[in-house]
Amino acid sequence: MDLRFLIQLAIIGFTFFMLINASALLVLAERKIMGFMQQRYGPYLVGPHGLLQPLADILKLLMKEELRPKGADKWLFTLAPILSVTAAFAAFATVPWGAETTLFGLLDEPVSLGVADINVGVLVVFAITSMGVYGIVLAGWSSNSKYSLFGGLRAAAQMISYELSYATALSAVILLAGSLSLREVVDGQAGTWLGFIPRWYVFLQPVGFIIYMIAGVAETNRAPFDFPEAEQELVAGYNTEYSSVRFALFPQAEYINMTTMSAVATDLYLGGWHGPFLPPEYGWIWFLVKIGAILFTYIWVRWTLPRYRYDQLMQFGWKWLFPASVLNLIVTAALVLYLNA
Amino acid sequence: MPETLIFWGLSGMAILASALVIGQRNPMYSVLMLIASFGALAGLYIQLDAPFVAVAQIIIYAGAIMVLFLFVVMLLNAPQEDAADWDRTHPLRQRGVMRFGALLALLLVLQLTWALLRVNGVDVPVAAQGDPDAVGSVRALGRILFTDYVFAFEATSILILVAMVGAVVLARREGDR
Amino acid sequence: MIPLSHYLVVSAVLFAIGAAGVFLRRNLITILLSIEIMLNAVNLSFVAFGRQFGNLDGQIIVFFVMTVAAAEAAVGLAIVIGLYRHRESLNPDAFASLKW
Repeated sequence: MDLRFLIQLAIIGFTFFMLINASALLVLAERKIMGFMQQRYGPYLVGPHGLLQPLADILKLLMKEELRPKGADKWLFTLAPILSVTAAFAAFATVPWGAETTLFGLLDEPVSLGVADINVGVLVVFAITSMGVYGIVLAGWSSNSKYSLFGGLRAAAQMISYELSYATALSAVILLAGSLSLREVVDGQAGTWLGFIPRWYVFLQPVGFIIYMIAGVAETNRAPFDFPEAEQELVAGYNTEYSSVRFALFPQAEYINMTTMSAVATDLYLGGWHGPFLPPEYGWIWFLVKIGAILFTYIWVRWTLPRYRYDQLMQFGWKWLFPASVLNLIVTAALVLYLNA
Repeated sequence: MPETLIFWGLSGMAILASALVIGQRNPMYSVLMLIASFGALAGLYIQLDAPFVAVAQIIIYAGAIMVLFLFVVMLLNAPQEDAADWDRTHPLRQRGVMRFGALLALLLVLQLTWALLRVNGVDVPVAAQGDPDAVGSVRALGRILFTDYVFAFEATSILILVAMVGAVVLARREGDR
Repeated sequence: MIPLSHYLVVSAVLFAIGAAGVFLRRNLITILLSIEIMLNAVNLSFVAFGRQFGNLDGQIIVFFVMTVAAAEAAVGLAIVIGLYRHRESLNPDAFASLKW
């Protein structure tokens, strides 16, 4: 086993480990930020300032009783959360999170920080996130309960509707970058204009960025598009009948989907790991900062805006967001052709 | 050697999943088995140096068409006992006919295999001819699609529009707006 | 390296499984699924041959076959929904007479 292979395995393990930590941290961050926005402290008792709260949450969930409704389909009931969380983790596999580094001279040739760098990386992320629909729809179906079924169907319809705007917004960035590989898209954003404005695609594609963020929020079933799991209307939507570990996998899948969306948004629009003051080996610090900013925006939006009703949600997705993203693509294509000719 | 293992593993999975699709009584399980079969086929496409086709297979087939099938199966919720009753009493389902049908399917496999193996140069390993770098790149695919095959491309887009309108019209209830 | 004949045999077996499904199953949705299996078998053949001859025509054809299959699945399922609403059955033998 040569060193390079071992280090690549270590990078894969490290990415997986950090994703799990991300979901745990997001559990805490969501409740703390929600608390501060509502002028209270949030979780405060477990650990200093409530920092060990995710540990308490996870222990509680692991020790609950595993229930399964009598009429529920035995295999599909267990398969659904597994599908959800597998798709969530797998989607992060093609996202690069750092520049190529030799690990301070340990290796002869630089190794790229990221699990895999596929030359059609953007499409693979899209493909795997579209497989995440199955977890939710199977959860709704197999629970054999009307709340779950409605929640599952609505969530699936919402996700496949907003996938279109998501893909079209992505395509506009691909036009600018000229490549489907995420690493090349990020490398196209190195450098600055006029010495201080970074060459991020968000400045070239502001409308596209907004469309991507809205579609991303809708894809991950987060507020204001979280009608499928609305606590007030549907009990808990597709995960009504779930408990303990099977339940814990659903919010974990949701938080990891959020992280993946933020990571892809950072790579496509915000310049990935390029930032002003740090040398390239430490680019992952900038990556973390940018992801943190986008995740904070996710949580901020959730606890500020009221929820869309389901038909308003579908109308918005089909009648406003999708035409806007197609228009964005056409204008981008025209400008690229005009300025390159 | 690992290539051969991957090939046998993926094709075995595809064939097994497809056999389970037609063997399952519950249509929900059939749909899920077909998704697994599509995943295995996508792996085979990657092995054939066609990454775009593999990803398009997952996006279009496993991600969109199968969701449509799943919706229809869930919404129609056709009781399985209905099919089982028909199956038991229907003449086509008697033992002799079923075995004959399976025999015919086997005969079809043998005929197809015989026909396909008569192609010239079929024993040569894949990727022995031609330029290995030209195939599989999305840029080349896009170029050909918009120059040589542009008419088929535009015709397909009209086909999709017609299918969309048709599906909406056909599935409407009478008396809807 | 894997000879082309192996891919073609896999494609032939998949096609036969799909054909058997169309003939032997008495459930409209399973029949549509078997048609999808047949289309996929043909896609595999196309990509294998395209790789063999070193050009991209195989992949282009697969692209179009996938699109047509999507359109056909959508319309087919709409028809199935309409039929089910009328007869409450997914068995093709329930629609054997020409009477609606």
